[in-house]
Amino acid sequence: MPHYKHLIFGALSLCAISVSHPSAAPCAPMPDTVTLNLNGRLFQPFSFDHANHIALIKECSDCHHHATGTLVLDPNCARCHQNSSAIAVVSCKGCHSSTPFSPETIAATRAKTDRYHLDRLGLKGAMHKSCIGCHSKEGAGPVGCQDCHTRSKEGDAFYSSDRLGAKPANAEGH
Amino acid sequence: MKRRNFLKACLIGGATISLGKTNKGWASGSFEGYPEAMGVLVDTTRCIGCRSCEAACNKEQSLPEPDTSFDDKSVFQAERRTTAKAYTVVNEYEKDKPGGPVYRKMQCNHCNEPACLTSCFVNAYTKTKEGAVIYNSKVCVGCRNCMIACPFNVPAYDYESVTNPIIKKCILCYDTRLKVGRPPACVDICPKEALTFGHRADLVKIAHERIRATPDRYHDHVYGEKEVGGTSWLYLASTDFSKVGFDTTMANEPIISNVKEFLGMVPMVLTIWPALFSGIHLLSKKNAHDEHGHDTESTQEDR
Repeated sequence: MPHYKHLIFGALSLCAISVSHPSAAPCAPMPDTVTLNLNGRLFQPFSFDHANHIALIKECSDCHHHATGTLVLDPNCARCHQNSSAIAVVSCKGCHSSTPFSPETIAATRAKTDRYHLDRLGLKGAMHKSCIGCHSKEGAGPVGCQDCHTRSKEGDAFYSSDRLGAKPANAEGH
Repeated sequence: MKRRNFLKACLIGGATISLGKTNKGWASGSFEGYPEAMGVLVDTTRCIGCRSCEAACNKEQSLPEPDTSFDDKSVFQAERRTTAKAYTVVNEYEKDKPGGPVYRKMQCNHCNEPACLTSCFVNAYTKTKEGAVIYNSKVCVGCRNCMIACPFNVPAYDYESVTNPIIKKCILCYDTRLKVGRPPACVDICPKEALTFGHRADLVKIAHERIRATPDRYHDHVYGEKEVGGTSWLYLASTDFSKVGFDTTMANEPIISNVKEFLGMVPMVLTIWPALFSGIHLLSKKNAHDEHGHDTESTQEDR
């Protein structure tokens, strides 16, 4: 009988933990696909399979930091965001500027003297860092430019591949 | 009277010499760049060697078509340098090492105190307040002193034209972008944001903050912060910079410090010395002449 008591106690406490730390916090409606590179000139827009990535990664915070999902695990972020709760802005572009180096963005960053995150990646940099960073771990996913987004005619001209017809893009990968 | 004149001449001469020194040589060597100068921080740990920056530079600066396309990764087999047809090149290092390969973009570093500018005797170079080192081909005589002076081997000479000498190098997209506050084309295109554009003073802080936040990722040094008096382009790397194509033997003193004492003397030697010494010569000659019995009013006065 005392053994049963222990087991019940243990089971109850486990339940309590899982309830207080829900693995996926209730958040804004999640899109199944996201069209990325919408304004791309050199590379065409493409559809990002958000649903598939959720199924594969499960941890929202791996990509969305502390904005949604579980608490942050990165020890450097955890120094301040250990107990940060989910926030309303979840999409990448909500925080990462698509024009990180425009005079307006630089002036705005300089004006906010109380801000800690001065070294914030732009939208393009954040996405490539997130995607390529994860994909390059033990061949988890594609890393070549055109494996995700096909190059446009203008892009071919830009990389001088149309008239010189040298090697195809990313023949050797990265 | 004569002695008075001589002393007066000495006094004026001496004053001019010391003034000349303060104006030219002495003030230089302590210049830490314009306060609002922009720059670029290159994080080599982020670069994937896609060569997009090379393509963007080629199009922005209307340079000739490359020999092979910018997709061609075989160019990494040899270490390249900047040419009149390519203001920026990416080289590959540490290919078979753990954590490699490391890619390093190379272009003009836009020194705070550029050696090219110092070496140019027709003042073809200008360091703008935005931080760019620009070049005026209209006054260039094609002596190529700047190519020898540059500690980073950057300026290239366009040998195509016989009559119109032109040095070709990165100008930080000054004419088309930097002048209006926009980042250079290479920064705009970089997919990994390996290039960060901003005020140089801010970039120095950001670079040190990256090292502090993730010390395992970086070698504890910001290349270009102090080298040759500081450059507008700054670099971070995971290993010792000498392993990834950087010259780490460079002193922190700007190149002009090596020659400023000499350069400070040039105006004095060329302008003041001839006048001063011919004056002394004439006086002494006159003096000698006088002592041969042709007494004048002034010599009598002196007695």
